[in-house]
Amino acid sequence: MTGPGDRSGVDAGQGAAAPSGGFRKGAFGVAGSGDTSGFGGLVRVEPGGAVALHSTDRPYGGWFDEVTDALIEAVGEATYAAAVPRVLVDRGEITYFVAREHLLTLARALRDDDALRFELCSSVSGVDYESSGGPAATPGRPRLHVVYHLTSMTYRRRIRLEVAVTVEDPHVPSVSSVYPTADWHERETYDMFGVVFDGHPALTRILMPDDWDGFPQRKDYPLGGVPVEYHGATVPPPDTRRSYR
Amino acid sequence: MTTTTPAGADPYAGSRETTEGRVYTVTGGDWDQAFGSDLTGEERLVVNMGPQHPSTHGVLRLVLDLEGETVTKARVVIGYLHTGIEKNVEYRNWTQGTTFVTRMDYLAPLYNETAYCLAVEKLLGIEAPQRAQTIRVLVMEINRIASHLVGLATGGMELGALTGMTNGFRERELCLDLLEEITGLRMNHAYVRPGGVAQDLPPGAVESIREWLTVMPERLAGYHKLLTGQPIWQRRLKDVGYLDVTGCLALGVTGPVLRATGLPWDLRRTEPYLGYQDYDFEVPTADTSDAWGRYLVRMAEMFESLKIVRQALDRLEPGPVMVEDRKIAWPAQLSLGADGMGNSLEHVRHIMGTSMEALIHHFKLVTEGFRVPAGQVYVPVESPRGELGYHVVSDGGTRPFRVHVRDPSFVNLQATAAMSEGGMIADVIAAIASIDPVMGGVDR
Repeated sequence: MTGPGDRSGVDAGQGAAAPSGGFRKGAFGVAGSGDTSGFGGLVRVEPGGAVALHSTDRPYGGWFDEVTDALIEAVGEATYAAAVPRVLVDRGEITYFVAREHLLTLARALRDDDALRFELCSSVSGVDYESSGGPAATPGRPRLHVVYHLTSMTYRRRIRLEVAVTVEDPHVPSVSSVYPTADWHERETYDMFGVVFDGHPALTRILMPDDWDGFPQRKDYPLGGVPVEYHGATVPPPDTRRSYR
Repeated sequence: MTTTTPAGADPYAGSRETTEGRVYTVTGGDWDQAFGSDLTGEERLVVNMGPQHPSTHGVLRLVLDLEGETVTKARVVIGYLHTGIEKNVEYRNWTQGTTFVTRMDYLAPLYNETAYCLAVEKLLGIEAPQRAQTIRVLVMEINRIASHLVGLATGGMELGALTGMTNGFRERELCLDLLEEITGLRMNHAYVRPGGVAQDLPPGAVESIREWLTVMPERLAGYHKLLTGQPIWQRRLKDVGYLDVTGCLALGVTGPVLRATGLPWDLRRTEPYLGYQDYDFEVPTADTSDAWGRYLVRMAEMFESLKIVRQALDRLEPGPVMVEDRKIAWPAQLSLGADGMGNSLEHVRHIMGTSMEALIHHFKLVTEGFRVPAGQVYVPVESPRGELGYHVVSDGGTRPFRVHVRDPSFVNLQATAAMSEGGMIADVIAAIASIDPVMGGVDR
């Protein structure tokens, strides 16, 4: 894993089926007509779409190894192996994919260990990886990802933790006992994605009205709208409009 | 209560029958009638403040539990300005995203644009040309002064210092005039684009900025004369809204609020971007951890921003303001017309008159946009209110797959309860004003 967009280490066996439908042709992504851009010969394969399915091999380079070793020492090798199935280094940023049952253990170690000292939880947010350009999502695939950005002010480092859960069982332990700032972040992620943070002091909607139905930032949330007729022409509602792929 | 009242009469107001109907006489001073002689008992009062209230900094709603004038509990309710920008961006192409994100924290639009564009550029693996980077620094620092002036002005208004308000908006107008001359718009510029900036500095802009630089130090010093030494201003701010460094870190608070606790945490210094490591400026701090310290930090930061603007002007070298790659850069470099709109007559002549391929390319790039390799990045910048972070995810398509904004106002507002519980209700206003939240950024 070196440059941006380099997907050479893809392991299609990890959670994704064969990359059918994952092909993209041409820089402009046209189908059926000639591509005049000059990039028509390029074919890219992206098995997981936006989800990187592979793991970066050690050494990660830079301080990434230092942090990883300190983390292994802090939580113990067995726990680390169970808690972090994959690590991805991309574009100078490191992402630890974390199993949800070990999230709190890791967060506490990351905050308190002298060699780690991630004092600040910068951001918690969600990403819904349904229809992300890869194969169609199969039921039970963990498409809701909760992303934590942690900052070490002492060492001036940033890491990312990522926890993936399914829509059917969207439970993640709340880190608000470790990072009180996660309170509102988690409420927003619940509000927008429907991820339930167990142990949160008051998990209620924060941006949408209290009686709102559904979770607006999910990819399958209906956009609504009606066709609008103007001077004899009809503009379809947003989710049925033509658009570039 | 000894007087007997007829059935149906109001015990708190005497009444008499007239030809117009019953007339009540409200005299006040009847507390002993209502509560007897014991007036020291517990009286819990829940007050709903906002969302439409002149001193809650926009559509912010506070639910306050009061014991007399003491706040025992403060709950913050937000969401009244939620416009779904993060969702909207997913249905626009990467360049159009700039136009949306600039409307989040509307007092610091250029920070939103720059952070978003830095994130897109990181995903693309490109870097804007040197001149574009310097222009970004230049406009951002002008924007920081404008934003701090509004924070000062609205904060002053909420505390009753109306001259602070009128003066603040007067000086802010000078900053906005500059931004209008450079970008064409006072606010919501959509000026910073992935790969550079929309257009070069127009002729005469450098001279205007230099003239502004001669005026501003004196104007800003005027605030020290007007407010800093003023006893009322000091007593409204000192020891109000106390939050120390431990509290700030636990609650994720960054920006002037954190620096007022004595921690010089400024991303321009700690994680420099856009060449900030080469600029000579101080990171002002205070050690009081209260609203007074935050006021002093913001005042000092405006002077530091003037220093950065001056240095940025000096290091402006001629050169491109957009990347060379024609698959990313929009085809025309616009120039600012007399009507304030951008146009490029030469380019229009080229695509309409001489080259069909150029027309096709223009059409494809503008309507469809470019593709960004799949992946995710998090890019933080130091906005006037603290760490503004953009978490941008691409699935390899022409539109952002997900844009999450870690807005400093959203996070800092969580500190309201910690700052105001146990204090007086009037100090809640001072505490919130010292956080300086912008609801456009909080609710997005």
